[in-house]
Amino acid sequence: MSDVVMHVWRGDSNGGDFEEYTLPAQEGEVVLDVIHRIQATEAPDLACRWNCKAGKCGSCSAEINGKPRLLCMTRMDQLPEGEPVTVTPMRAFPIIRDLVSDVSYNYEMARKVPAFLPPPRPEDGYRMSQIDVERGQEFRKCIECFMCQNVCHVIRDHEENKGKFAGPRLFIRYAELEMHPLDTNDRRDLVRDKAGLGMCNITKCCTEVCPEHIKITDNAIIPLKERVVDADFDPVAWLGRKILRRTKRTPQEASVQPE
Amino acid sequence: MTTLEHHDYDVIIIGAGGAGMRAAIEAKERGLRVALICKSLLGKAHTVMAEGGVAAAMGNVYEEDNWKVHFRDTMRGGKMLNHWRMAQLHAQESPDRVQELEKWGALFDRTKDGKILQRDFGGHRYARLAHVGDRTGLELIRTLQQKAVSLDIDVFMECKVVRLLTGDDGSVTGAVAYWRPTGEFVTFAAKAVVLATGGVGKSWKFTSNSWEGTGDGHAVALWAGAELIDMECVQFHPTGMVWPLSVRGILVTEGVRGDGGVLKNSEGERFMFNYIADMFKAETADSEAEADRWYDDHTAGRRPPELLPRDEVARSINSEVKAGRGSPHGGVFLDIASRRSAEVIRRRLPSMYHQFMELAGVDITQEAMEVGPTCHYIMGGVRVEPDNGATSVPGLFAAGEVSGGMHGSNRLGGNSLSDLLVFGRRAGMGAADFAEGRAGDVPKLEESLIRHYIDEALEPFTRDEGENPYDLQHDLQEMMQTNVGIIRTGPELDEALEKLEVLKERVNNISVKGGRAYNPGWNLATDLPAMLTVSTCVALGARERKESRGGQTREDFPKADPELGKINFVSRQPAGGGFNEEIKISPEPLPEMPDELKALLEEAPK
Repeated sequence: MSDVVMHVWRGDSNGGDFEEYTLPAQEGEVVLDVIHRIQATEAPDLACRWNCKAGKCGSCSAEINGKPRLLCMTRMDQLPEGEPVTVTPMRAFPIIRDLVSDVSYNYEMARKVPAFLPPPRPEDGYRMSQIDVERGQEFRKCIECFMCQNVCHVIRDHEENKGKFAGPRLFIRYAELEMHPLDTNDRRDLVRDKAGLGMCNITKCCTEVCPEHIKITDNAIIPLKERVVDADFDPVAWLGRKILRRTKRTPQEASVQPE
Repeated sequence: MTTLEHHDYDVIIIGAGGAGMRAAIEAKERGLRVALICKSLLGKAHTVMAEGGVAAAMGNVYEEDNWKVHFRDTMRGGKMLNHWRMAQLHAQESPDRVQELEKWGALFDRTKDGKILQRDFGGHRYARLAHVGDRTGLELIRTLQQKAVSLDIDVFMECKVVRLLTGDDGSVTGAVAYWRPTGEFVTFAAKAVVLATGGVGKSWKFTSNSWEGTGDGHAVALWAGAELIDMECVQFHPTGMVWPLSVRGILVTEGVRGDGGVLKNSEGERFMFNYIADMFKAETADSEAEADRWYDDHTAGRRPPELLPRDEVARSINSEVKAGRGSPHGGVFLDIASRRSAEVIRRRLPSMYHQFMELAGVDITQEAMEVGPTCHYIMGGVRVEPDNGATSVPGLFAAGEVSGGMHGSNRLGGNSLSDLLVFGRRAGMGAADFAEGRAGDVPKLEESLIRHYIDEALEPFTRDEGENPYDLQHDLQEMMQTNVGIIRTGPELDEALEKLEVLKERVNNISVKGGRAYNPGWNLATDLPAMLTVSTCVALGARERKESRGGQTREDFPKADPELGKINFVSRQPAGGGFNEEIKISPEPLPEMPDELKALLEEAPK
């Protein structure tokens, strides 16, 4: 097989540049394999975050030829043959070194989500039907690769929005809890006022990059937006919830972490 | 000495997989100051790789199931080398731990009447594994992560512990670590320390383990004076991917077989019928027809031999390949395509479908997978008190894969996630009790020793010329794969131990380039001493245990020796040891099982 040419961004918060590496191609390799071969030979200090190497942990997110991808799930033979492969860190987050970015923003936003709060467990356990858990299960497939956050234009080029915008990863978390058959917290005011749900104008960039194929926009963000609107303007829906569904805790109560 | 970053805590937990997080939650709920320290980002630990499920005798699918059957299955699967008390606690408490996860937000798959659904797995008599498709580990880790976040536990992410510190009385006092993003050192003083660092698989060439599985916890425990038991018992999971080469070793869940997948050789034969050991003959089907009846109704036939414990299946695959009946890339075929509809396969095994499609270009609903054994799990580990996870070092506790005893010589699939929950919680309680009972504030740390450990870790930067740490890691992996793999012999183990001594010499000549900030070459250099220590313990144990039992297979001693079945091999170093110091290994009797539990084992299978 022929050679592969890699253009890998090297640098830190003070700046950096592309470094070129040329290696013999090997059958069946993913981009992460090639990065590992560069580390093992020419550049042992090339920083790259990874863990499972099977698309399950979401650690190795980066941008390959300008597109957010998991390094471990992108096969070299799917990229244009004979052209250099460009690898850069995710752009929406501060750089630590080389391909590693500081994703702590996502963890900070996660801390603001009021916890799941079920009613007391009945003697013979909770009962839920498969069809009801499946809605939440779709969102719980999330591997926290943060690529949806990385492409979201609300924050990608607007650092100033980060304080008031939780981003698609956390919107699916809010949606999952909102749709959980057992949850009793009401986070709708919170997701509108503090998590910036209204700033999303549903361009679906997040859905397009999700490696787990979660329909972030259609199944989480849009239903959430509808529920938030319902909470404000629809007295029938409000009454219906009061009568037909279990009582959710008020947003004020919900924002307090349970004991 | 420049001022180091320093933190005081009641309890620090090293490792943030399932066991570490469960321990942290327990200690934090007691109102203590708790820190969780992990080498990667939170939620990325190897627990996410667990696919099939968490074993708990809830009896939701087969109401005949109960803790006694689970205990029996676990002991037999471990070839009776398990610590009986751990196996008992595990079987009794895992249902509560699973239900507790549900209270914290986990969404398991459901039965028709809305209970938690349970699936079949190797070695479990009844469908027992609570699961979420084939991504149960992710569900478990996310649930624990979100619970830990809601409790506001302090988390030190991408922070690697290089050494534990002990006081004059031998008790643990804290730990020395460095931040991977900056390379700056940090010290922790703590009244109690819980090790939950997972496994050692990265020392083999073909492994399901990530870069993190370097045996840090095993090594720092041994160096601090704790005991390791039965380190020779390493599980080679029967079904890892074998092709393409770059993904060789990545796990293929046992759920494929639990859901109807069968193993075939190059002649198309379901070869597992030829490898049913006497111990399992009474409860294993002897014809394809009987095995196939069992999937729909467990009372209509005995279990298919594809669902024998992992050690049995891995050895059988190895034998088929050796006999020339392997697949084109040196494995065997795992076929579910011809046995279940595409729709069922995609629903029950979505990650496997995705993984083979993306990485190998194989559609598992249409063709068979090529699979072979991959280094997966270490049953051996830090010797602990079953009830509270205490090690022989006062104040030091361990839980999960880093601890030993629970699984004997072979772990059943699904028993790892339940182990994490049961013993993570117990170690958290043990550490909290110890911290509450320890007089005074946090212990004082010895500055000169801290400086010594830091200098040791930084040494590779001081050499201009020297070896690339990656070359050393590569040589170690090749050697362990060849000499201390799935089938072992005395002479090969002797050679392994000689080669390990050479590798230890070479560690002293490692040179790393670049700065300290997020430098994977340096990070690896600091992992290598632990890798060499645990590899030595594995090879020593494998040489001493002159029998075949579970995860220890000796070609020169192919049978289990009843006398050795009553023996733990215990590795030790004096406190303050290190990878260059000698490791002593000695046989010690297993704890005696009470008669009422013995009776459970003798009971005939239904």
